[in-house]
Amino acid sequence: MSPVSAARTASAETTDTSMLRVSGLTKSYSRGTSLLSRLGSSGPSTLKALDGVDLDLRPGEILALVGESGSGKSTLAKILVGSTTATGGQVFYRGTGALARRDRESSRRVQMVFQDPYSSLNPRLTVGRMLAELLLLHKIVPRSEVRAESVRLLNLVGLEEEVLGAYPSQFSGGQRQRLAIARAIAVRPDVLIADEPVSALDVSVQATILDLFTSLRAELGLSILFIAHNLAVVQHLSDRVAVMYLGRIVEIADTRELFAHPRHPYTRALIDSIPRMREGSVNDAFELDGEPPSPYDVPAGCRFHPRCALASEICRANDPPLLQVRPAHESACLKADELAAIPLPEPPQELP
Amino acid sequence: MTGFLGGPPLLSVQDLTIGLRRPGGRSVAIVEGVSFDVDPGQRLGIVGESGSGKSLTLRAIAGLLPRGVEVLSGRVEFDGRDLLTMKAKDRRALMGPQIAMIFQEPMTALNPVTRVGDQIAEGPRRHLGMSAKEAGELAVSMMARTGIPDPARRARAYPHELSGGLRQRIMIAMAVSCGPRLLLCDEPTTALDVTVQLQVLKLLEKLCDDTGASLVFVTHDLAVVNQTCSELAVMYAGHIVEAGRVKETFRQPRHPYTRGLLESAPDFDRPERELIPIPGFPPNVADRPPGCPFAPRCGYVREHCTDAVPPLLEVLPGRLAACYESDRLVEVLV
Repeated sequence: MSPVSAARTASAETTDTSMLRVSGLTKSYSRGTSLLSRLGSSGPSTLKALDGVDLDLRPGEILALVGESGSGKSTLAKILVGSTTATGGQVFYRGTGALARRDRESSRRVQMVFQDPYSSLNPRLTVGRMLAELLLLHKIVPRSEVRAESVRLLNLVGLEEEVLGAYPSQFSGGQRQRLAIARAIAVRPDVLIADEPVSALDVSVQATILDLFTSLRAELGLSILFIAHNLAVVQHLSDRVAVMYLGRIVEIADTRELFAHPRHPYTRALIDSIPRMREGSVNDAFELDGEPPSPYDVPAGCRFHPRCALASEICRANDPPLLQVRPAHESACLKADELAAIPLPEPPQELP
Repeated sequence: MTGFLGGPPLLSVQDLTIGLRRPGGRSVAIVEGVSFDVDPGQRLGIVGESGSGKSLTLRAIAGLLPRGVEVLSGRVEFDGRDLLTMKAKDRRALMGPQIAMIFQEPMTALNPVTRVGDQIAEGPRRHLGMSAKEAGELAVSMMARTGIPDPARRARAYPHELSGGLRQRIMIAMAVSCGPRLLLCDEPTTALDVTVQLQVLKLLEKLCDDTGASLVFVTHDLAVVNQTCSELAVMYAGHIVEAGRVKETFRQPRHPYTRGLLESAPDFDRPERELIPIPGFPPNVADRPPGCPFAPRCGYVREHCTDAVPPLLEVLPGRLAACYESDRLVEVLV
């Protein structure tokens, strides 16, 4: 963590200073009500993609959101950028105005970068047209300054003025992701939501895009919600990590704290599942059995208990809330203390 | 690479060139002069970025090249017989009982309108002459072996009714149902969540241990290779640029591209390490730079690198590298 962001996180203890805060957010989808879909399926018909999410994004921080597919990460992102509406709960922007209404101004403040830079850019617009359209629509600069502003944006993301006349198809994957980022920051947002922005890129260019997020945070003071499944990437980039499981945040802490002292068995299982570059660092203790349960039928009690090695009667009976387990570290596990007693695998020995 | 154990290799790929044949006789090579051997029981990981030719190499072995792409020259010998020159009928007879393939996306590789149990049973019925009943029972037992809970019930499911992890297990059960001696895997865990990935990798490892099958595992993830394979081949722009034992190669890479891959990827065990991206991007195969294809992005480049493509030579016992400057890469990456 850079000193700047450390200072920021330290001064952001109260939720009033958060950039974006969600409270009790829920989102459910119903199975279709046509005759065909009713004939074809049985059992519960409501899918709970989000089931009571509380989360705050602090000014200038990079908060990572991790979890399995189907855990609700992308649904949360969609609600935050306003491409879908929540079923319940609230989204607060800078402690005050709820982002319920999506006018042009509030949509400008929260921008998104998608996973696939091939399908998220309009193939028929040149880079210059794409940026000019945004800059004029949101009245960021007068028409006479559009070109200069476009060049400034391109330089910020590491591209040159020459690309203004080019179409997205003329770029490689990494450069397209730079364009997508330039487009997102063109309207001067406060918050950037990045949904798996490097997972479609080759390893050798991933690093340049990760560096770009870090430098944009420093230069523009952006707050970034970074959705990812690669924990090595998350560990490298983010200040804090929130772990989602079946529509809920089950653990949240500073990055270093979370990976050194996981207090939820699911986080522990994620850490133990990471393929490692060194020998002897894999622990079988927390390999998960079975598959993630269906979000149509969330288990009663703790939603993780059917796959949890530590689960007991109280876990089947009680749905644990997210509680503080260590300083600046919250976990939704009734057995957090028990888990703390199981040591993490020894750090791998340095090779001679 | 010759057989490390001294015996004949199970699979021997020799000077394989794959490409597009253009009208007028001009052809474009996408994979150029690739050679490697796989011994019985050996596990080879092929890594490289998109467009490096790793998947095409695997598909050429399986005889599953996309339309328009063909083997331009070279040999692919399985158990001493050249797969490329044998009759199509003979080659088909090998696919299943001798060689099986596992794909990245099980949803597109499975038949959506056939129950998964029947799909697994099809191979044993056709190749091992089993009755429908025997093959059905075998299918259920294969599913149980791949760790599918309640296999008898799941055998009656259609692919869309199963999760991604279960579908990948179905595909593995299908691939190993006839007891193949060579398993070809094309990014089999890339679409899976990390917890499920670990289960599938352990399953593959166990199946290979149990049956003595050889594995060729194509992936872009170095850490997955580290945990699954013993041998490594690194591909760049259609060429193998480095090959050797996985652990030794990762510890002390002797090709600048291998080193670049290792330094650009975040390592969970070394969070403080700075990531060093490889500048530029891979060349277009139709327009390769002269000489070493990596030269334009290479930090070790010297004038002679652009004269001719460097040959893949032994630089250490058991290690091959295609780099004129390999001797300058002596640093040990921990």
